[in-house]
Amino acid sequence: MRVGVQAAAFDFGAETGAFAKGVPGVGAIVTFTGIVRNTPDGDLAAMEIEHYPGMTERAITAITEQAMVRWALLDALVIHRYGRLAPEEPIMMVATAAPHRADAFAAAEFLMDYLKSRAPFWKKEFTTAGAEWVAAKDEDEAALTRW
Amino acid sequence: MIDILYFAWVRERIGLPRERLETSAATVADLVAELVAREDRYAMAFADLESLRVALDQELSDFSAALAGIREVAFFPPMTGG
Repeated sequence: MRVGVQAAAFDFGAETGAFAKGVPGVGAIVTFTGIVRNTPDGDLAAMEIEHYPGMTERAITAITEQAMVRWALLDALVIHRYGRLAPEEPIMMVATAAPHRADAFAAAEFLMDYLKSRAPFWKKEFTTAGAEWVAAKDEDEAALTRW
Repeated sequence: MIDILYFAWVRERIGLPRERLETSAATVADLVAELVAREDRYAMAFADLESLRVALDQELSDFSAALAGIREVAFFPPMTGG
């Protein structure tokens, strides 16, 4: 299991390749990559991601440990960036490894739902209209109830 | 002494990322009341507690929680990770 909170860009292809190597008993790997989405008008200049150093690592580690146990994962990887990002840059990725795909898919979805509203990150969008904090969505909070 | 941290628009409204305070507040709500009484910028930041979250020593908590033994309190809006 690995949790990375970093400003630096990452190569999700290379990360996935490295993650998939040498996991005894693995039969399924699921990955998700989150990308900085442009606005419908295409005027996003940048997205700034603020985080709470210390709590971020603790919160993600706790969520990932829960997923490891609940779905009997063989391995899990979470990378989440902070700082100033450009449209279409990868923000974060999750990878899960399990003997079968159902557990790998479910654990990846669980991780994503929890990272959305329980990992201390805050996004600010910079567009031609100015700078604005991204508001949390009610449906993201509601998504947690299914777990 | 307690460290108080602010993030995102809470930090912007108050105008600083962290401060250290001597307080006798028993709960988070008491601490908020103490801060709000200090200056308008605090009153602005804490105007709607429904839209705020609090962490005590880096664990999510709530406004009714006790502060005894707590070293670090953080206030921030709902998180938008992922």
